Parts: sequence; structure tokens; C-alpha cells
Amino acid sequence: MERIIKTIKRYHLGPTIGLIILIFILSFATAKFFTFGNLRNVALQISVNALIAVGMTFVILTSGIDLSVGSTLALSAALASQLMVGHVNPWVAVIAALAFGGVAGAVNGLFVAYAGLAPFIVTLGTMTLFRGMTEIYTNGMPIYNLPQEFAKFGTGTFLEIPIPVWVMAFVLITAWVVLHRTIAGRRIYAIGGNERVSFLAGVPVKRYLLSVYVVSGILASLAGIILASRLGSAEPTAGVGYELDAITAVVLGGTSLAGGEGTLVGTLIGALILGIIDNGLNLLNVNSFYQDAVKGLIILAAIMLDRKKSSAR
Amino acid sequence: MALLEMKGICKGFSGVKVLQGVDLQVSGGEVVALLGENGAGKSTLMKILTGVYAADAGQIAIDGETVSIKAIPDAQNLGIEMIYQELNLFPNLSVAENFLIGHENEFRTLGFVNYPLLYKKVGETMAALNLNRDPKESLGGLSVGEQQLVEIGKALQKDVRFLIMDEPTSALSRAETERLFEIVRSLKDKGVGIIYISHRLEELFAVADRVTVLRDGQFIATVKTEETTERELVSLMVGREIEERYPHVETTPTEIVLRAKQLSTQFVQNVSLEVRAGEIVGLGGLMGSGRTEVARALSGIDALKSGEIILEGRKLSLRTPINAIRSGIALVTEDRKNEGLHLPFSIRENLALPTLDARSRWGIISRQKERENAEHWVKQLRVKTPTIEQSAQNLSGGNQQKVVIGKWLSCNPKLLILDEPTRGVDVGAKQEIYQLMNQLKLEGKAVLLISSDLPELLGMSDRVYVMHEGVIMGELQSGEMEQEAFMRLATGGEV
Repeated sequence: MERIIKTIKRYHLGPTIGLIILIFILSFATAKFFTFGNLRNVALQISVNALIAVGMTFVILTSGIDLSVGSTLALSAALASQLMVGHVNPWVAVIAALAFGGVAGAVNGLFVAYAGLAPFIVTLGTMTLFRGMTEIYTNGMPIYNLPQEFAKFGTGTFLEIPIPVWVMAFVLITAWVVLHRTIAGRRIYAIGGNERVSFLAGVPVKRYLLSVYVVSGILASLAGIILASRLGSAEPTAGVGYELDAITAVVLGGTSLAGGEGTLVGTLIGALILGIIDNGLNLLNVNSFYQDAVKGLIILAAIMLDRKKSSAR
Repeated sequence: MALLEMKGICKGFSGVKVLQGVDLQVSGGEVVALLGENGAGKSTLMKILTGVYAADAGQIAIDGETVSIKAIPDAQNLGIEMIYQELNLFPNLSVAENFLIGHENEFRTLGFVNYPLLYKKVGETMAALNLNRDPKESLGGLSVGEQQLVEIGKALQKDVRFLIMDEPTSALSRAETERLFEIVRSLKDKGVGIIYISHRLEELFAVADRVTVLRDGQFIATVKTEETTERELVSLMVGREIEERYPHVETTPTEIVLRAKQLSTQFVQNVSLEVRAGEIVGLGGLMGSGRTEVARALSGIDALKSGEIILEGRKLSLRTPINAIRSGIALVTEDRKNEGLHLPFSIRENLALPTLDARSRWGIISRQKERENAEHWVKQLRVKTPTIEQSAQNLSGGNQQKVVIGKWLSCNPKLLILDEPTRGVDVGAKQEIYQLMNQLKLEGKAVLLISSDLPELLGMSDRVYVMHEGVIMGELQSGEMEQEAFMRLATGGEV
């Protein structure tokens, strides 16, 4: 318990306070907020962003960035859907789409790790490239008529909890173990902390850089599959701007854009804050024009709280 | 002549007293050395003088008049400048532009930078410092020693009455150090009062008129350099007598551990050397002579163009540092902060980084094993820290260095390469590092020592290879460890 408090103090003080204040205010402002049904809804709403944000956390910890996730999401979803419409078994289609996400991530990773290009530029390029490929592949039209059993993946529940939430929980726990308990995780932190020291200490830096982008690509693809399954269609414009939501969640969670510092718990808190803001503003019937402005202010406030704490440390 | 007096300076940080009534005097035209181990309070005292911190108690007076230094500009207006140990330069800008930053007004013409004037002025300053470089050149292309001269030049641009130099020679070659001493002497002649901080005692005898010694935040003594000895200074500083500065132990080296045959890389040519078990072999030379580059070639950092590295009779093919580490070659790099440590990481994490595989199962790190490893080395190397979870950036230079050495010893290397292992490390920790080197030697390890501290190199090594411009010029055997012989080889002459 003491350790948990210590960790929260060290990394998540600002976001945790922000989250608690938000929950507190919304619980009083609207009776609908603090109900099982609504909280379950929030969890479902954040699952797509949280999955992308987990991959983004891996990338940002190495002091990289992945702007291509939104486009990877759209292209993977289109690929899986097209396969299923062509009567391929949904499981096979999903696995193929995930594999494609990995390949898309590997393209980013190869450019970053082996060609030594700046992650921002590389993923900006692939973001546009993958979006273009999606439009070509779908001919700019949504893909409908996905099989019934595939729809269950996004809309079904298990023990009253939506399946996407289970998937998110599974991915979060696995990623937490990898980052905080394994050699791979320690090395990812090490590379972000100081690439030179890591290289000299025998860390295969390039291989790890490649891997984090692959992880990011696969998780973006998984998010795309969930989204398509929930909507019952794959839209060529799906996931536009999702990279920014994911980055926001990661940064809100106290992860340093300079790399080497941050946690997955922080990312989850970040994603929750974003989800609860959206949900709360909807429940309060705030004019959608104002929603973005309010959201922006809350994000700035949370980050300010966080920075105050780090400079005091 | 101006006279600067600091009297009864006290300073504490969150309850910890760092300075307790320290006095310091320096007059114009005088060099006063400030001596003390790391943590003695030298930096804090200087930061009070330069306005970085405010003193809790005590007075600062210039020519008998009390002055108030509340912020950095106050000190600058009084003509107090400091050259920090860490370079505060912009490697991506040109040399001249580095001079420009902070002095924009002097080179402004109608809102534009007057580059012809800037190049002319900077050229003059550089000529005065004997720095033969083009002002338009990118600063990053200069050696560390040359960059240090740029720092000095920057400080001299202003009207300086008192100049503080913090370890100015820690990265300088012998020739550059000599050049620096000449500059110090000429500043002295111009009436500048200089406070000189250095761990290298022999330097103090070369430049300082008086030495003020601090220990644990307390003023210990001020002595005239001509009336004291290195031994006395060390005991004042440490608070006890130190037996020998370079405790050499005799061993009988056995089989050859490392044999490098005709190594050539981008930076060195035809380097051949041998290190035996139970032997400390020195690798010396002036800055830029290729010492570090030999270490880099032996550790898989720089690619070999030709030549062979043979470790315990086995020919190695080193493509990356991983190969070297797995083969049993460990390198303690000279740049502790950028190449040796993950500063925000804990001692435990730093110590485990190269050996994570050995402390894990199925890729999951065993905290238990990691902790044991850290406890072991912290105890073994006497790292002064409350806990192994302490982040490395909060450790003193000496303790940081111990952590780096521990990190590599935990790989159980056959050959340990130490590149400047005592740079920026205080006397007490230096002694401990020497003892450790001797202990490794007695255990039958092969040690390759690189150092620009010549007495240290000659004092600790059993044999010394001397390099000049990427080539080994010769070898000094145990009976021939003379500084003159070394310098002859290091400057390219014959024995």
C-alpha cells in the first residue's frame, strides 16, 4: 500500500487528483454519472483509445512518437472487413489484420531504428500513406455487411462487462507486466533514458526500437478491429485524429515525451480522464461546440498540476 | 588592488548544513585555490558568490564594502565570473556565435548581427588564447580542450575582476593545461583575482599562491602554496594521513589475456598491445592521441579495418558492444554522465543493466536477484548511499563512478578497460578506486588503464604504452616510468 501511494505520488499525482476531482464533480452534477451502467459505458468508450495509448506509451518511452496509428487502425479494419465480406473466417481475418498492423509498425520501426530517421517525420509520412492506401483499398466507401459473429466481438458482453473492456484489461495487464517486470521493459526505459548508455551496456537498441513500433501497430490494428466490430462497418475515415487522443492520454498520465519516464497506470488514468470528460459533458448536455474547449482547459490544468509536482521533486 | 572577502558564510538545504561559517579571501592579481573533497561545500560557496544561491548568514565584501549578491546579474555587475566544469556551450552553433550569445548588444547593427565585427573580435580573443581555429567553424568540431578555451574566452569578454575556474583542466591535455596556466598567469598580471578549484594537487603548486581547504562544509585552513606540501594538503582535506598517493602492488603477471594485433580503425593505426592476467597496463598519450579510440575498438564500438583481437587465445569478432561484453571485455567510459550512467535510474537499475539476462527467468526480472546484486556491489565498493533505490543523479562523482565500475564488474569481465576512472573524483574516492584496481590485479584480472593524469598513470600501471596521433610510439617498462620519457614519446619523439 505504501508503495502504491509512493508510486502515485511520484508519477501520477496530478492526473490522479484531476481524475478524482472530475469523478467527484460529475457524481454531484448528475445522478446518471456514478451508475454501473454509465461507468461501464465509459470503460467501453475508452477501450479503443486506451489500446492505442498503450502502444503509444511503448513508443514514447523510447522517446519516439507514432502518428500513424489512426491510419493503421483504418487500414487494418478495412482489411479485416474486406476479408470477412469475402467469406474468410472472421478469426483468420482478424489475425491477418493484426499481422498487417505489425507489418505497418515494422515499416515505421525500420525507418526509425535502421535508417535513423526522426520518428515524427517517418510516422507523419506513413500516416498519410496508410490513409491513402485505405482510401484506395475501400474506394472511399464504407464496408458493410460484416458477419454476425464478428459483431459480437465489439458488442457482446461477458459477466456483464463488454468484451472490448476485457480486451483492454488483458492488454493493459500484459503490457504492464512487460514494461515493469521484464528485461524488455527495462531496456525500453533504458533506451529512452539514454540511448548511448544503453548501447554501450549491450542493449540491442535497434531491435527494441523496431519492436515498440510493431507493438504500436498491432495494438492500433486491434483497436481498429474492435471499432469496426462495434460499428458493424469499416469506414475509410475511421481513426482520424486518434493519434492525438492517444498522445494526450499518455502525456496526461505523466509520461515524458523525452522518453525514459512514465507508467502504464498513468496512461490508463489519462485515457480515463479523457473518457470521463467526454461522458460527463454529454450527460450535462453541454453544447458540443463548448465540449472541445472545456476538454482542452481540463487537459492543460491536469498537466499544470503534474509539472508543479515534478519541479518540486 | 581589489580585495574580495567572504566571511562566516553559512548555507543549509532543507535542514542539512552545507556550509558552516566559511571564510575566503582573494585579492586582485592572486590565485587562490579552493580545495576539498566532493561534498565539502566548494560548489555551494561559489554558487553563493555568483548569485545562484543566497547565503543564510555571512557577508561578502569587496574592498571592505559589503555587497549584496542576490542574483547572477548582481555578481556579473561586480565583475565576478565563473567558468563551470561542465561546458555551457552550443555545439551546433559556430565558435563565433557562441561568443555572441549573451553579448548580442555589442554586435548589433540596426537590429542585425554585425558578423564581420563579431568574427574580428572573436578572432582576436581566440588568438590571445592561442586557439588556432576558424571562428566560423562549428563548435562541435572542436576538441573538449578547445571548447574549454572558448568558455574561458567568453568569460574574459566581460570586464572581469574575479574569475572562478571550476576544474578547468579536467578535460585538458598536458599541452592545453600548460596553455591554460599561461592564461591564468597573464590574467593574474592584469590584476584579476582568481579562485581556482581543482582536485589535481600538482596543478595547485603550479598556479596557486594560496590554498583554502574546506572539509564537510567547514573552513579548515588557508596555507601559502610555497610553505606546504601535497601530503599536508591531502591530510587537511581528508582529515587523516593518506599513506601513498598511488599504492602500487607487485604481482607476477601470468598468461596473456588480451592480445591486440595490428588494430586499425578510422582513428588508430597498427595498434598492437598485450595485457596479462594480474597486470595493470597503462595506455597514455595526449588528448586526441587515440587512447580512447583503442578502447572503443576493443569494446566493439568502432569497427576494425584490419587487425585481430585475441582474448584468452580466442579470436574475437566484435561488431557491437554486446559481443565484447559477452566475450568478457568491459569498458568503463570516460564520460560518466553521458555514457556510463542512466542518471534518473536507481543504483539498482544501473548496476543490473548489462547483466539483466543473468538476473531473470523467462524474461521476467527477479527483483530479488537484482537487489542482491546491487547490495553486493554497494557494499563491496563502499558506495555511500542511504539505499540502493537512490537515483544515480543524486550521488557524488566518486560514488557515481563506483556504480559504473560495479556495473561492469558484475559482468565478471576478463579484461576491464578503465578510461579516466578518477576524473572529477575526490581524493578519498580516488584512493578507493586505486585500491580496487589493485585488488582486481591481485585476483588475476587484466586491467587496461587510460588516464591523462600522468602521475596516476605512471604510478598505478605496471607498464605503459604511449600513443601519439593514433599510433603506439613505445612502451615504458616498470623501471622507466619517468614523465620526461613519457612526454618524449607522447609528443612524437624517440626514446
